[in-house]
Amino acid sequence: MAPATIVRALEAGLLVTFALLPLALADFWVIFVTRVLILALLALSFDLVWGFAGIMSFGQALFFGSAGYGVALLARDAEVRSIFVVLPAAVVIGLVLSSLVAAFLLLGRNPPSLTFVALGTLTGSYAADRLARGWYYLGGQNGIPSIPPMTAGPTEIGEGRSFYYLALVFLVAVYAACRFLVRSQLGLALAGIRINEARMAFFGYRVQWLKAIVFSVAGAIAGAAGGLYAFHEGFVWPNMLGVILSTQIVLYTLFGGAGTLIGAVVGVFAIEVVSFVLADAYPTVWPVILGVLLLVVILFRPSGLIGLVLDQRARAGAFRVAVRRPRHVPGKAADGAA
Amino acid sequence: MALLEARGVTKMFGQLAALGDVDFVVEEGQLHGLIGPNGSGKSTLLKCIAGAELPTAGRITFLGQDITEVTPAERARVGLSLKFQVTSVFPELSVYDNVLLALQAQDPLARLTFSRTRAARDERVRAILDDLRLGERAGVPASVLSHGQQQWLEIAMALAARPRLLLLDEPTGGMSLEERRATGEFLVTLRRSCAIVLVEHDLDFIREICDVLTVLDQGHVLESGTVEDIQRSRKVQEVYLTRV
Repeated sequence: MAPATIVRALEAGLLVTFALLPLALADFWVIFVTRVLILALLALSFDLVWGFAGIMSFGQALFFGSAGYGVALLARDAEVRSIFVVLPAAVVIGLVLSSLVAAFLLLGRNPPSLTFVALGTLTGSYAADRLARGWYYLGGQNGIPSIPPMTAGPTEIGEGRSFYYLALVFLVAVYAACRFLVRSQLGLALAGIRINEARMAFFGYRVQWLKAIVFSVAGAIAGAAGGLYAFHEGFVWPNMLGVILSTQIVLYTLFGGAGTLIGAVVGVFAIEVVSFVLADAYPTVWPVILGVLLLVVILFRPSGLIGLVLDQRARAGAFRVAVRRPRHVPGKAADGAA
Repeated sequence: MALLEARGVTKMFGQLAALGDVDFVVEEGQLHGLIGPNGSGKSTLLKCIAGAELPTAGRITFLGQDITEVTPAERARVGLSLKFQVTSVFPELSVYDNVLLALQAQDPLARLTFSRTRAARDERVRAILDDLRLGERAGVPASVLSHGQQQWLEIAMALAARPRLLLLDEPTGGMSLEERRATGEFLVTLRRSCAIVLVEHDLDFIREICDVLTVLDQGHVLESGTVEDIQRSRKVQEVYLTRV
């Protein structure tokens, strides 16, 4: 089967599964899977920056947590809970913050190294975590508890099926937008940047600007995820900003398969389910077992779980930027590429 | 007005002067060969022109515009294109996408993101590939091409954006005799659309296709003139007889 067909089948299968799951699951599991869907949004944001643009960000939690804190403050101090205000606000917080970080880390006179960006984003995430822990206004170590539910007109959107489908709609919309982006001509440019950034500049690409734009878009996605997460959980706390979550996002994506989008979703789902099952069966040693499992997959299958069905060439070539001949319609300009 | 003018270009690597006070001028439509023994500074001069290296001193103008400290991307946007000495194709991408990548480089962001112009670009991509005998290999990954074919792909990528000045650093390196001949014929046809600066070690190849030669030796211009002038030059003969 062609790689693109495998991916499409996987996407369709997951979409149908996620759409039908709440009908078969108890409330506890609906809440659990909602959390997975929101974290999948966050993993998509990392996949966009690392898997496609080659920017190693260890700070996606910074945008996720900041947006979470932002909407929590809106709800607590301004009593603004409307979905039409808080979620756009979360997106804007993620976008603005990531644009600032991108301007600082990526738009210097000389192109930054991978390590510089990784350490810069890691430092930002760590600093935000420490700041939140020490700031009384943000609730210090305890964060901001008891965030009231989001509203859509007169209706409250509490945890459960309605929130589940809200998160699913967001995930599908963001996934479709990312898919469109990476399969456009811009996606081809990102593939080029990931493979040989220096060469791209000699073609005339403004490489650092393109990277900064992708980084900012990914920050906006992480912000949306943070806004959803804050209202779903009903509280925010410093860990949402910190290094542990930032690293976890990297693991989700590498485990599922970076540079494929679908791998990020699969990675979150797999790690969260396996963690839950292991924690239930081995309450003391489950983190060690999980750690070994992650290491084995990442060491021996660097392309992640998705690498079991797609080989490296399929992922990098035909799957991402297929060569397609236009359909020739007599007497009419051809169309139908990409 | 000359297409490219480099005046007093000096490039120091620590205490070592790779280029010292070099003057180099390229006119429109010229096929200008740059020759010299190993280490004479040919590639360094090309890199200074393309922006891969910044000169320590001197001034470079292109179409009358000072580009001495301009980034490589901006130089490419005003019409300068470089083919590197070491092939640097994108091995994971198809041959077709390698050329498309170069062709779409100057498109605005909105067009890159939203338009479906691959069909509109198709004709140009395939024409370039056919010109360089790569039409049949459009769909294969660039990594499976032979070294000579990768050199052609590099030239195709450098040509994609219709440059005003094409800088070719050893374009026939690793090619068979037949491939060299075909490359020479192709370069001659290109002079109608752009000027070319060519760095080569193969003097027969250079003699056959270039109209002007500049000889570098130890970072300095030894001689510059027509092929006949250079062939008659005693200084050049001395350098080539004693050092090459």
